[in-house]
Amino acid sequence: MLSFILRRTLALIPTVFGISVLVFFMIHLVPGDPAEMMLGERASEQALKEVREQLGLDKPLYVQYGRFLARLAKGDLGRALRTNEKITTEIADRFPATVELSIAAMIFAVTLGMLAGILSATRQYSVFDYSSMIFSLVGVSMPIFWLGLILMIIFSVHLGWLPLSGRLSYHIHIESITGLYILDSLLTLNWPALKDAVWHIIMPAFTLSTIPMAIIARITRSSMLEVLRQDYIRTAKAKGLAPRVVHYKHALKNALIPVITVIGLQFGILLGGAILTETIFAWPGIGLWLLNAVYARDFNAVQGGTMLIATTFVTINMLVDILYAWINPRIKVS
Amino acid sequence: MTKLLEVQNLKTYFFTDRGVATAVDDVSFSLDAGKTLCIVGESGCGKSVTALSIMRLIPEPPGRIVGGRIFFEGTDLLTLSENRMRSIRGNKISMIFQEPMTSLNPVFRVGDQIAEVLELHENMKGPEAMDRAVELLRMVGIPSPESRIKDYPHQMSGGMRQRVMIAMALACNPKLIIADEPTTALDVTIQAQILELMDELSRTTGTAILLITHDLGVVAETAQHVVVMYAGRVVEEAPVKQLFHDPLHPYTRGLMRSIPSMSDDQRRRLEAIPGVVPSLLALPVGCKFNDRCRHAFDRCRAEEPPLTAPKDGHSVRCWLFH
Ligand SMILES: Nc1ncnc2c1ncn2[C@@H]1O[C@H](COP(=O)(O)OP(=O)(O)OP(=O)(O)O)[C@@H](O)[C@H]1O
Ligand SMILES: [Mg+2]
Repeated sequence: MLSFILRRTLALIPTVFGISVLVFFMIHLVPGDPAEMMLGERASEQALKEVREQLGLDKPLYVQYGRFLARLAKGDLGRALRTNEKITTEIADRFPATVELSIAAMIFAVTLGMLAGILSATRQYSVFDYSSMIFSLVGVSMPIFWLGLILMIIFSVHLGWLPLSGRLSYHIHIESITGLYILDSLLTLNWPALKDAVWHIIMPAFTLSTIPMAIIARITRSSMLEVLRQDYIRTAKAKGLAPRVVHYKHALKNALIPVITVIGLQFGILLGGAILTETIFAWPGIGLWLLNAVYARDFNAVQGGTMLIATTFVTINMLVDILYAWINPRIKVS
Repeated sequence: MTKLLEVQNLKTYFFTDRGVATAVDDVSFSLDAGKTLCIVGESGCGKSVTALSIMRLIPEPPGRIVGGRIFFEGTDLLTLSENRMRSIRGNKISMIFQEPMTSLNPVFRVGDQIAEVLELHENMKGPEAMDRAVELLRMVGIPSPESRIKDYPHQMSGGMRQRVMIAMALACNPKLIIADEPTTALDVTIQAQILELMDELSRTTGTAILLITHDLGVVAETAQHVVVMYAGRVVEEAPVKQLFHDPLHPYTRGLMRSIPSMSDDQRRRLEAIPGVVPSLLALPVGCKFNDRCRHAFDRCRAEEPPLTAPKDGHSVRCWLFH
């Protein structure tokens, strides 16, 4: 198993290399001159030339790529063109917000989605089954911004239970350790901050969770139904095991195998930044940051951000593969 | 003396969209402690449904036991609560299935799967149950059981897995093992080994076996008593010697003619019974076998014969013996 993990980790290197090629050339091969985009159409030839030199754009593409790769290897993504801030610093400020939101959303999605899926499958064709499947259909098809706004109107505006937007109230301060506010406030035993951070994350996380939740519920249900028809489930019943044990031990562990893949995929997607949710709730995450970079034609930032998101995605996928092999003994790990 | 198992007028039907399938219709038989009873019949005649009815594991819906009694050690299993029934399953009555390749849970180690029954019914704790699992695997002839208990099912051959199933079935010293075509999916040589093993274990442990098969060759070697089923009904029942010596029902005789025999003097052609098993949703009127029977006469097509006993201990459902 250890060597399997090692091999999977090593396999990341060529993948990340491939991503860097894609990201770099896609951005540099799009028609249009970044210098011109930055300075505007009326910039003087002299100014454009200076900017090109400054950015290294006058060099052949392979030299530019070589430099990009060399910096990347040192963990340097360059500077954002609009702020002249190091991109790694900007990302380090933003990414934890996205990670925290994604984790919270996945907690909602996995617990509620799997529970709904399991109960639907074990009570196939019951009222619960029908209603949860209708809900999950609504869940995947409901526009996020609409749901977000409705929740805001109900829980913030009318009931006043939850804060309208943001990550934290302005008077609360959290000592930053991981950048995940909930975790940091727990680590520093800062209870008021913990409460404030949790209160802030509930609505955006729930909004963000609806689509993965619905997908997870459907996959869990169909996977459970498939497993419940298997011969080994009949064997488990013939052993005299209670339905609870048959469902949650014998069936669920098998049914989880496809569910895990979906969970990993959805988590990877969320980590890419939820632009809509982050916009509605003014959540200072990577999605919003990347969107602004695109608007500002800040190709360095877009390049760096995309690199990070893509790398995170493949890393999550690798972790899922490892988890998968661990749950499913039929996968040859050696 | 009361019988270990006494099935009386069992009726298990499946209520499907296309109609009611009378998978088991008015089936009765009984089994003494420590003995082996065979149920034979072609595919689809209701053998598995009979077995699952005794275990009360008929998938419901679409299936339901609509009538009859199943006495086990004197109590009617059909009147027990689901809780009581669970304490019998895997404990006093255990079951071995037709498909060794898929009957074990692929994500648990075989040792854990055996230990699970012991922990459930025998109140054993982890290590104790594991020791017993090793002992059971040794009993069913699995080499180096100490290491094999850590195997996952996919690491074992079909024959090995069926041995694991047998070990699991034996775990709690059951009074009755229901073996539903335990060897059908296995190679011929492995088949013989598994049957021999079951026979030997039955004799040493005093466990009764209800052996389900479509292979009369298997019947001759293992059983004391035989029930022949056709289209959900018992068509003949007799002690094994009697049945082979003097089969009465045309269907049984047809089955006999379709098995190869080593002792045949002249090379006789194997005969298959003409026609196919009728659909349970469209059974013929009268005797259910009439459309495939070369002796059928008018009465057979009009009226279903009752089960009668023309000889002592040998009953048959056929108008020829009236
Ligand atoms: N789940 C089910 N739904 C509907 N009908 C069923 C179901 N299970 C069994 N049946 C019906 O019961 C009949 C008898 O099935 P059963 O499995 O007992 O046959 P069998 O004698 O064990 O055959 P085989 O030798 O193929 O195992 C089938 O022909 C089918 O019509
Ligand atoms: Mg069967």
